[in-house]
Amino acid sequence: MTGYLLEFSQALLALLLAPMLAGFVRWVKARLQNRRGAPIWQPYFELAKLFGKDVVMSNNASWLFRVAPYIVFASALAVTFLIPLIAAPLPFDNIGDLLVVVYLLLLGTFFLALAGLDTGTAFGGMGSSREMTVAAIAEPTIALSIFSLALGAGSTNLSHIVVATLTNPGVALSPGHLLAFAAIFIVSLAETGRLPVDNPSTHLELTMIHEAMILEYSGRYLALIEWASWLKLTIFFALLANLFVPWGLATALTPAALAIAVVTLILKLAILGVVVAVVETRIAKLRLFRVPELLGMSFVLALLAVTSSFLLK
Amino acid sequence: MMSNLFFIMLFFFGFGALTALIFPRGLPARALPAIGAGIGSGAGFALGVSHLFILHPSSFILSSFLPLTGFALRLDGLGAFFLIVIGLVGVSASIYGFGYSAAYEGRYSLRVMGVMLNILLLTLNLQVMADNALTFLILWEAMSLSAYWLVLTESDQPGTVRAASWYLAMTHAGFAALVAMFFLLSGGELTTSFADMRSTSALLSPLTRDAIFLLALFGFGAKAGIVPLHIWLPMAHPVAPSHVSALMSGVVIKMGIYGIVRVALDLLGGGPVWWGGIILGVGAVSALLGVLYALMEHDLKRLLAYHSVENIGIILIGVGAGLIFHSYGMMTLAALGFIGGLYHTINHASFKGLLFLGAGSVLHATGTRNMEEMGGLIKKMPYTALFFLIGAAAISALPPLNGFASEWLVFQALLGGFNLPVPEVALIMPVAVGMLALTSGLAAACFVKAFGITFLALPRSHEAEHAHESPLSMRIGMGLLALACIGLGLAPFVVVPVIGGVLNGLGGLPDTRAAFTSNLSLQTPAAFGQMSSTLVMLGLLILLAVIPLVMKILRVNKNLRVSDTWGCGRVGQTPRMEYTATSFAEPLRRVFAELYRPSKELTIDFHPDSKYFVQSIEYKSEITPLFERLLYDPFLRLVQSTARQVRKLQAGSLHLYLAYVTVILILLLLAARWF
Repeated sequence: MTGYLLEFSQALLALLLAPMLAGFVRWVKARLQNRRGAPIWQPYFELAKLFGKDVVMSNNASWLFRVAPYIVFASALAVTFLIPLIAAPLPFDNIGDLLVVVYLLLLGTFFLALAGLDTGTAFGGMGSSREMTVAAIAEPTIALSIFSLALGAGSTNLSHIVVATLTNPGVALSPGHLLAFAAIFIVSLAETGRLPVDNPSTHLELTMIHEAMILEYSGRYLALIEWASWLKLTIFFALLANLFVPWGLATALTPAALAIAVVTLILKLAILGVVVAVVETRIAKLRLFRVPELLGMSFVLALLAVTSSFLLK
Repeated sequence: MMSNLFFIMLFFFGFGALTALIFPRGLPARALPAIGAGIGSGAGFALGVSHLFILHPSSFILSSFLPLTGFALRLDGLGAFFLIVIGLVGVSASIYGFGYSAAYEGRYSLRVMGVMLNILLLTLNLQVMADNALTFLILWEAMSLSAYWLVLTESDQPGTVRAASWYLAMTHAGFAALVAMFFLLSGGELTTSFADMRSTSALLSPLTRDAIFLLALFGFGAKAGIVPLHIWLPMAHPVAPSHVSALMSGVVIKMGIYGIVRVALDLLGGGPVWWGGIILGVGAVSALLGVLYALMEHDLKRLLAYHSVENIGIILIGVGAGLIFHSYGMMTLAALGFIGGLYHTINHASFKGLLFLGAGSVLHATGTRNMEEMGGLIKKMPYTALFFLIGAAAISALPPLNGFASEWLVFQALLGGFNLPVPEVALIMPVAVGMLALTSGLAAACFVKAFGITFLALPRSHEAEHAHESPLSMRIGMGLLALACIGLGLAPFVVVPVIGGVLNGLGGLPDTRAAFTSNLSLQTPAAFGQMSSTLVMLGLLILLAVIPLVMKILRVNKNLRVSDTWGCGRVGQTPRMEYTATSFAEPLRRVFAELYRPSKELTIDFHPDSKYFVQSIEYKSEITPLFERLLYDPFLRLVQSTARQVRKLQAGSLHLYLAYVTVILILLLLAARWF
């Protein structure tokens, strides 16, 4: 019973933290650029505003356009039940491993890309086409990084990977782990639409990917999609944080351990947020056709990760 | 009971073929052959199900069927599994074909179609029961020829005859290899039963066994459509009537998989590591090249045909990994690989059958296979769109549908590769993982394109604007397969033990009926990974119900206004502003330009007075598939030049011919004297 309670509270935690994380990254970025920046709880106001507004829907769109936001949101939310955010092992471990997590996120991307095509604008189509291109060529890196993590732990099961690292801390500094971390970090930037792959703060430029795809969304649908994409950012950060640096996670369900776990989670997310903000301030967006080179590099890193894990096993 | 089902099956296929002969046109010509084919396939399906679920395995032997002809039939678990695959698509395609063939009335011969459809289904069903080489080869040829006739149905359309000829050439090249293979395997006696071959195959020299394996890979690979023998597949599948395309892509090419598993695993009992390695390699290359060429297609049915190449590749990745583990004696992991492959076989049959039927409905409604002329069909054809969407999500391996369950198993089998004792072999596995992951990502991109351009946004042509939903029978055909996609995805904990039972004992595989499941979850040995698509589905459904409910409780604004698409200030949107299939795939075409090597041709007509005014722009770009360019074109040129040389022999002079006869006779006499 406590296990299920834990599941729901961790999903709720992710849901509530996600907008703040997005706001925090924006705020740090603003500070780094010598701006004052909006407060970090600005995204909550945005959600409240969007949920209060009417939806304006294109007259070309079909039912798919109206269903997609719910599927995108539900698939991202479902993932928060499967990944170790504050504790491991989890009661839902047998429902899904890392592969399920990756493909659930792909399910959301798939429907969002379809919705982008549904309104019949060139913007939507462009966004969908690019989003699917990036998603497709990011896929092998993710799979190989999973392979490399699974090699160390003997399992693709998320909690197993976490527990294996906790019991054998030396693994965290093995070349396989470090290379896989670098590979997944690059892929996370691509998958969550950050610089240098996509610019989350741009609007109406021919370079954009995610924002072009959701251009026709408004009101509550846009709120769901924005929230889902912040959730996705939180998920990738949490995976990076907890799979590679699992310390702080509660392995026993005591109030003290859980409190520590929540605090360390927030700390880890904040650190990763600062790193991403620095990266986004320091580098410019890549041309679209340079992106495959970046992802190719991450693929090579992942391949090296697997190879070194093999040789050192 | 089982022999009853068998004779019901024979009777109804016979009934279907005969009624097709008797009634050349009208309702009976469409209904009666469809009834025969449908009930016949249903009986085959029931036969497979009753064998796997009710009766003790290997209890059904018909070696006395047609005595003295050398015909021998015997049903085992593997055969029964394929009977289910055939029946699943056969029933749906037959029901669908009833509605679909209405458009053929008066234009093409319903008679040939009805007869050949029944013969094709009959031979498919018997094929998997064949118990000696003679039976196997005769049925194989009958199956290939009936499919050839079906491909030729629309023989007045451009490209059909060429496609059918390619199919015939490739399938016969494969057939020749299979004849040679069975001669080696049976020691020259084609009526040797499979049971005898099983016991004698171990005594053959390693070289002979290698030759048998390679011949089988070529012969069955040509049927399955592995790269580089896939060339006929994207030609022949699109030009056949759509329910036949569904059968060919869903079932006929699976006979190649059946053959490879039957010969390599069952009859030969496995072999050295490189057997599995070569199958794994061929599978990975087929998967990746299949999906890459599919991405560049804007002919909906050709796109689907290339995806068949891809999925055959995924199946073979599982089978190849299984054979590799088998050769090291790691039997549980070997079973995992084979289960993944066979699971993907039935999954691919259901979603590819569904997608081809969906494409047929679109073709039926718009009269074109060109995606660039479609669009907006989701509003005109809501059922077809929904079914096609289910198929598209399933083939993209999205959870919780069936494609995901089997790809998950294949992934897990590959991940198990780190247990292999030899590092060089073990390092093949991560490369295969990378290729499989790239394949599934690209497949998702390709089906966003296929569904999005075909069904969403504004209609791009007059025909698409006036499209209509398909008749009931066609919707039922698609609906059955859509249900299969959902059901096979939700019940992996039923399917996997059944396939484990099918493989039990083949090539010494252990009983793995209970090895990979626990309650509603799939799990790989020692909890290497766990997954429950059932519970994922349940979770998603609950969330999809709860989210709107919470939004309602929180009194979220639920107004919705319909208005024009925003267009940066321009008024009035036309379909010409939409993204097209070609533009959708453009980024990937650039990324993989080294492979595609597209030819470009740009002609711009300027105004005679000023080059700042353009009168017209013409842009052409074409992609010739790698293998046509590098392999088949040179080969065909070689054949043609050889033929020209040989023609000199045939000079038309009677004296010359008499001289040939004399020379040959003398040579033969000398040969007889010396040997």
